[in-house]
Amino acid sequence: MAGVGRRRFLGYVLAASTLTVAAQVGEAGEAAAAVPSLPEPADLYDLNDMLTDAALPTSGLITVQVHEDGTASLALPRAEVGQGVTTSSAMLVAEELELPLEKVRVTLADARPELLFNQLTGGSNTTVSTFTPIRVAAAVARGRLLAAAAGLLGVPLAGLVAKAGVVGAPGGRSVTYGELAVRAASGVDVAVSVALKERAQFTVIGTPRGRADALAAVTGRKQFAMDVKVPGALPVMLCRPPTINGTVRAVRNADAVRAMPGVTDVAVVPTGVAVRARTFGQCIDAVRALQVDWGPGTEDGASDESVLKELRAAELPLVVPPLPLLTKAVDARFTFHFASNSALETNCAVADVRADRAEVWASLKSPIVAQEKIAARLGLPPTAVTVHVTEGGGSFGRKLFHDAALEAAEVSRAMGKPVRLMWHRTDDFRQGRTHPMATSRVRATYSLGQVLSCEQRHTSVATDFGHGLGEIITAMAAKLPVADLAFSETMFALTQQTPYDFGVTTQLLSEVDKGFNTGSMRGIYSPNVRTAQELVVDRLAAGTGSDPYTFRRRFLKEDRARAVLDKVAELGDWGRTMAAGTAQGIALHPEYHSVVAVLAEIDCRPQTTGRTVPDAYTGPRVTKVVCAVDVGLAVNPRGLEAQMQGGIMDGIALALSSGLHLQDGHFLEGSWDNYFYTRQWNTPPELQVVVMPPTTGSPGGAGELAVAAAMAAVACAYGRATGTMPTVFPVNHGGPLGFEPLPTVPPVPQSPTDGRTRAY
Amino acid sequence: MPEHTFILNGERVTVDIEDDVRLLWVLRDVLGVTGPKYGCGLGVCQACTSHLNGRAFTPCCVPVGELAPGDEVTTIEGLPATVGAELHPMQEAWLEFDVAQCGYCQPGQIMAAVAKVRQAREAGREIGEADLDEIRNICRCGTYHRIREAITAAAKRY
Ligand code: FES
Ligand code: FES
Repeated sequence: MAGVGRRRFLGYVLAASTLTVAAQVGEAGEAAAAVPSLPEPADLYDLNDMLTDAALPTSGLITVQVHEDGTASLALPRAEVGQGVTTSSAMLVAEELELPLEKVRVTLADARPELLFNQLTGGSNTTVSTFTPIRVAAAVARGRLLAAAAGLLGVPLAGLVAKAGVVGAPGGRSVTYGELAVRAASGVDVAVSVALKERAQFTVIGTPRGRADALAAVTGRKQFAMDVKVPGALPVMLCRPPTINGTVRAVRNADAVRAMPGVTDVAVVPTGVAVRARTFGQCIDAVRALQVDWGPGTEDGASDESVLKELRAAELPLVVPPLPLLTKAVDARFTFHFASNSALETNCAVADVRADRAEVWASLKSPIVAQEKIAARLGLPPTAVTVHVTEGGGSFGRKLFHDAALEAAEVSRAMGKPVRLMWHRTDDFRQGRTHPMATSRVRATYSLGQVLSCEQRHTSVATDFGHGLGEIITAMAAKLPVADLAFSETMFALTQQTPYDFGVTTQLLSEVDKGFNTGSMRGIYSPNVRTAQELVVDRLAAGTGSDPYTFRRRFLKEDRARAVLDKVAELGDWGRTMAAGTAQGIALHPEYHSVVAVLAEIDCRPQTTGRTVPDAYTGPRVTKVVCAVDVGLAVNPRGLEAQMQGGIMDGIALALSSGLHLQDGHFLEGSWDNYFYTRQWNTPPELQVVVMPPTTGSPGGAGELAVAAAMAAVACAYGRATGTMPTVFPVNHGGPLGFEPLPTVPPVPQSPTDGRTRAY
Repeated sequence: MPEHTFILNGERVTVDIEDDVRLLWVLRDVLGVTGPKYGCGLGVCQACTSHLNGRAFTPCCVPVGELAPGDEVTTIEGLPATVGAELHPMQEAWLEFDVAQCGYCQPGQIMAAVAKVRQAREAGREIGEADLDEIRNICRCGTYHRIREAITAAAKRY
């Protein structure tokens, strides 16, 4: 019965002392479904497909080991930055191996150069690309264990049943996986073909599970990069320039600073002046004491206004020809300010660089690129650089890059000592990467209740893709449906979709200004692009005298999208009567074979916007959010729900409160009381996430999904509550600053001393 | 170098370090107690939140020289012992609601939550929405909603 008529997959039993099985990373992308009427490129073949297909030609293997203590382990070639992939990957192993989930250990693999494209955590791609290989490896292991048990117990294979880590034989005899682990091992590599469980047989996949690292997290035992104990790796912090990417001309008092308490070394590196000390507190003292002559940066004098001018000048023209009589148009232009993708864990890394080798510890989503770049900078062969991937304290785009790892390697080499390098929070906001400022022009035409065209011109400060995606695009260029586009334009074409049938639809990107340190931020373009589009959809609905929900419903291309929209409208009681100054907004977002809808209710009444919380921005409050998500198949619905909740908090912040102000070549924000990410006082008191039952049967992306839909729904709600469509994001950007900017010299503030009096 | 003695998670410790070094660095860099996290060093993010004589505080804002030998510092590592259990009920609730995402903010969140519940009780009430709104701890992964659920549930159990 096993496998009759079912697709079979190839796995391997590897030569090892205990049972070790493997499967090739990556899976052939499913043949794309035909989409009627001039689909956009991302409808057919999106970023996720590209990342999955990029995995195919490599020889890299995902390996599962079964140990004598009855546990199984998997070294996942991905980063865990909070998104829950260690848990969902453990579930895949548990499912096919028939082992209790708590007996599966998932660790993060070091950089493995032979994996090429296959060690990049991005584009919400992890579960999509590892769903099959991990299960194949586990299924091979189960088969081997059963065969070994048959030999040991002297019974035919057909009578054996593997369950909960034990193989049982007729008559009640049994043997545990632990007892079989060595016996099932192979002396040579063998290829094996296996069939996987059908969806109806799943007992682990699709069931809600708590995070594998939850206990470690709540006890403080979870180890992040700065908690890794490397002998002699003393704290290092940098004195950074007052303007973006400013340069060091001279250090006037290096000797005096070297003599400060705790300080062991001072060294100049390309990004600033590094100080190594016994504690980070003493690093901060030294950074503040350094007198440095700074050279120019890459954006000296730049401001929000000057960048906006550049963007307006670079906007591509709209192409729809003059309109027939009776046709109406909605024409809108939106501005999205710089936003910080700083995680709570600031940029950080441990490095120990010797003459002939280097070792680095950091949370990296693209560790192979980090390894190559660090090796090149140090003048070492890549094989001499070991890169350990640690658990990450959030990413939001930051960990695609290796800024701190490279910097730590340079400092370690300059000082000739191991270092534990961490960015100060203020630096992380001011010199760290940002989501680029952008404008989006949208023009849609309609006549007699039909939308005839929808054109969007997105103009953005350049996004840096120098973290591996660029290399993938180069290698995959030939098979992409968007030949001859620049990297960024390819990324745009691969990620942007219009979920509505709006006639002639075009979405184009142009970029300006490469002087900023940028990156994606839980989504590359989608939150901004789709928010602009969904606001225009509300205008179209109003223009045609329709309700925003029914209007969307009517024009949606896909049934899956309609289903999530219906779900939030129903659960969120769409259209209920609300007080003046409060309103509902509804939006949806498809990406990476998944789709999510969000209904948000907002309160913009003066008594709410006028709330006072010390050192905080309050503003409007999103009072309720209902979210419905269809990812095709949710491996861990509970983890998915958490991802949606997090994305919703991001969307609220991006719409209402969290932006950077650029002035005189630097960002004004320098702490979490300046950069207004969502806080408890702006958290929706009511929040409901519904995970839809499986639809496609294979998992789509989830990590970035909710941000765009939540941002758009909140923006739409804000427009309906205030009667004015918002066109600048975050909406508070033009208002009073809300904080006193920290000085830029010295670059970091001193820690307060009043902690005792503020105890509660 | 000046010596400083205080009680850390129930045990007397003595460190040799300059008076003005903030306690967070003494804990993390000198004593190797890494549960309290750095998120700002400014008393803003609250990631380092621990307890001083039973009250929540941010050790990044307390010079070690201000500690007296009798001062009791409790970090997340020492929280279970304050109730004589494997885990504090607040930690249990955190597991039940699967609060953590990346987990970086969570030691501070839990320490703040315990203090918030106690503070409300001292004011003669159980913790409510207004109290939850006051919690300043940043969670950049956006686990705020589950934090609220976990605190509310835990407060009913101890
Ligand atoms: S690190 Fe102490 S409050 Fe942020
Ligand atoms: S769980 Fe990541 S910052 Fe809170």
